[in-house]
Amino acid sequence: MEKMKDTFKTKEISRRTALKLGAVTSVWIPSELLAQPPNRLRPQPGDQLIYGDGDFSGDLIDPTSIKLNQQPFPALAREPGSLLTRDGSRLNRLMITRINQEKLLERHQKNAAEGIVAFSAICTHTGCDVTNWNTEKLAMACPCHESMFDIYNGGTVIGGPAPRPLAMLPLNMKDGILTVAAPFRGRVGFTQQF
Amino acid sequence: MNKFKLITLVLGYLFHSFSVAQSDKPYNPVTDARLLNPEPENWLMYRGTYDSHGFSTLDQINTDNVADLEMVWSFSTGLREGHQAPPIVNDGMMYVSTPQNHVLAIDAQSGNLLWRYIRYLPDDLQQFHPTNRGVALYGERLYLATVDAVLVCLDAVTGETLWEVTVEDYYDGYYMTMAPLIAEGKVMVGVSGGELGIRGFVAAFDSETGSQAWKTYTIPAPGEPGSESWPGDSWETGGVPVWITGSYDHELGLSYWGTGNGGPWMGDTRPGDNLYATSVIALDVETGELANHHQYHWNDSWDWDEVAAPLLIDYARDGQNIKGLIHAGRNGYLWFLERSQKSIGFVEAKPYVYQDVFTSIDESTGRPEYDMSKKPGTGFEASFCPSLWGGKDWPPVAFDPTSRLLFIPANDNVCSTMVGEEVQYNPGQAFMGRGQSENGGFFIRPGTSHIGELQAWNVDTGQQAWKTTFKSHNWGPVLATAGNLVFMGGTNDRYFRAFNSKTGDLLWEQPTNSGVIGVPVSFSIDGKQHIAVQSGWGVDAEREQNLINMTSGSNTYVPQGGAIWVFALPD
Repeated sequence: MEKMKDTFKTKEISRRTALKLGAVTSVWIPSELLAQPPNRLRPQPGDQLIYGDGDFSGDLIDPTSIKLNQQPFPALAREPGSLLTRDGSRLNRLMITRINQEKLLERHQKNAAEGIVAFSAICTHTGCDVTNWNTEKLAMACPCHESMFDIYNGGTVIGGPAPRPLAMLPLNMKDGILTVAAPFRGRVGFTQQF
Repeated sequence: MNKFKLITLVLGYLFHSFSVAQSDKPYNPVTDARLLNPEPENWLMYRGTYDSHGFSTLDQINTDNVADLEMVWSFSTGLREGHQAPPIVNDGMMYVSTPQNHVLAIDAQSGNLLWRYIRYLPDDLQQFHPTNRGVALYGERLYLATVDAVLVCLDAVTGETLWEVTVEDYYDGYYMTMAPLIAEGKVMVGVSGGELGIRGFVAAFDSETGSQAWKTYTIPAPGEPGSESWPGDSWETGGVPVWITGSYDHELGLSYWGTGNGGPWMGDTRPGDNLYATSVIALDVETGELANHHQYHWNDSWDWDEVAAPLLIDYARDGQNIKGLIHAGRNGYLWFLERSQKSIGFVEAKPYVYQDVFTSIDESTGRPEYDMSKKPGTGFEASFCPSLWGGKDWPPVAFDPTSRLLFIPANDNVCSTMVGEEVQYNPGQAFMGRGQSENGGFFIRPGTSHIGELQAWNVDTGQQAWKTTFKSHNWGPVLATAGNLVFMGGTNDRYFRAFNSKTGDLLWEQPTNSGVIGVPVSFSIDGKQHIAVQSGWGVDAEREQNLINMTSGSNTYVPQGGAIWVFALPD
């Protein structure tokens, strides 16, 4: 490329230029205005839950294999008829474990299915995957900035910089199959600050 | 959605910048000549000059009067997280980038906002490091590398977006936090993502059009020199990010970049030296050719990114004048190298903080040997010092060419414990393979009383001249000035300080709104010298504080929220 020479012309900022300040920079179409592909949609009521990674990735989750207070593991939602996996957005990632339902705060009881709970895997701080587990506090922990979330209290923040709880995904159990009972309780992911 | 909300949303998405005032002075375009030899009154790039000295020749503020320094104006950014960028100043116009990729154009004299660029980040973005470390200027344009891996070109006068180029797909874990380096009409950027299974690179773009001029990977593909140091397919997801602005030697036509860790974190997942991880690489600015390199340490297993670019410093050794590179390594060693068109030679390395991993350094090559009991691996837990944040992380050192002193913002006496676990690669997901250790894998050496340090080293003798300590950890970038001063914040008490550069004596301090982890700069308007810095705690400084609180039982709270502070002497 030809080198830039020291021949730039200086210019006064004209009224016309001033009027142009803040001009349109690029066109973004809000996603709210577009029909999203079904695999990008958040988990929908009636969706089944499948393993999100590992040897059984894509298989239906076996609820009987989930141990009490085990480290939450990755999961995704799948449309039962078409078997379409909702893996088109990071914001659809889930973490699942089994808790002692009697110790779950009353207002969150209806979101658990026979002790099994599901939370958004996406940290509300800066959007990292919340994959760690604090066995002492029974809390989900973010490996990026140490935020911790109390899963016995609806994902409430109990440490670190996260500003909001993890969104909880209400579950149902039918014929031994875990399904989504209702949309996420709470906003998924981080929030633009400005 | 009601109609009002819809209109608001559309307008919100369409208008990325807004202006509130205009400067009454013509804009002074930034030329190659000005970048090569910036005027003392301006701060045109990340470290002020291509040699990355972080040194201002202004001396109006000096050891005799700095105690009188007072705030001229401040400006709240309205944002949280890490405010690390230097205010870039060009003839009275100040440009400040913030977390979430806003850019503020401000009248440097009055502190009044001229325009603001706001980037609306994708909802599904993850930010391992929510920060930005500065903008670059060229011609009448401003360049910003964004956390969703886009290079943005703005009109420096109006804030209007002229073009955008996607550097890589953020969904695959690529992001950018560094200030671009501009030389010979090329805008050069590196990518972050060493924890997300990327393949690192530096890429150059035409400053006029945004078209890509070259792209050089930091991991060689099979068959390329160095590829034998990566087993199997590990090169495809081996990390080696570049996330700090490089230095540039105009005579050699070479830019010098530091490179980060290999991925996953445990070295035993990628047996071999893993070139060019944890190295300095020299890239030809014209072609992108990797001209030469030096690897500080091989097969990294400690997350010791060596991304801070080496300073171009000519120094004396044994009666010889060496055209050199100097780097305060995250691995806790201070590296003295020699640069030329053909090679990067090893001269000397010595620890500047407590380091218990290296057992020896080869005198001719600089290759370290390790105490393997200190090298964590998959299923093998090991403790090591310094911690994964190193003797010094990204905060830049500064060099005073008059006193020959190099100033290092160091952290001593903090260590890590790590253990590896198997990890499966999924695009854009964490690919560290680090298991969980007690207390977050962090501890302070028993019997020690401080963590943070500001050290001064004479580059010609290779000896430490003085050291000042702080109980707090230190994440403060350093500015040196011809007034025999060193400016630095970085501690958890929110202070910004000035030290006598020859003695280390504290001469002035100012508590600010938050913790100061921004890069300080100096500039002059109408003959009056100013000091400017951002205060805005976050990112790893905050994370380390959380671990200090967890392990020591302290409850130190550092408020968040960014502000620009500008200081000068009273009239």
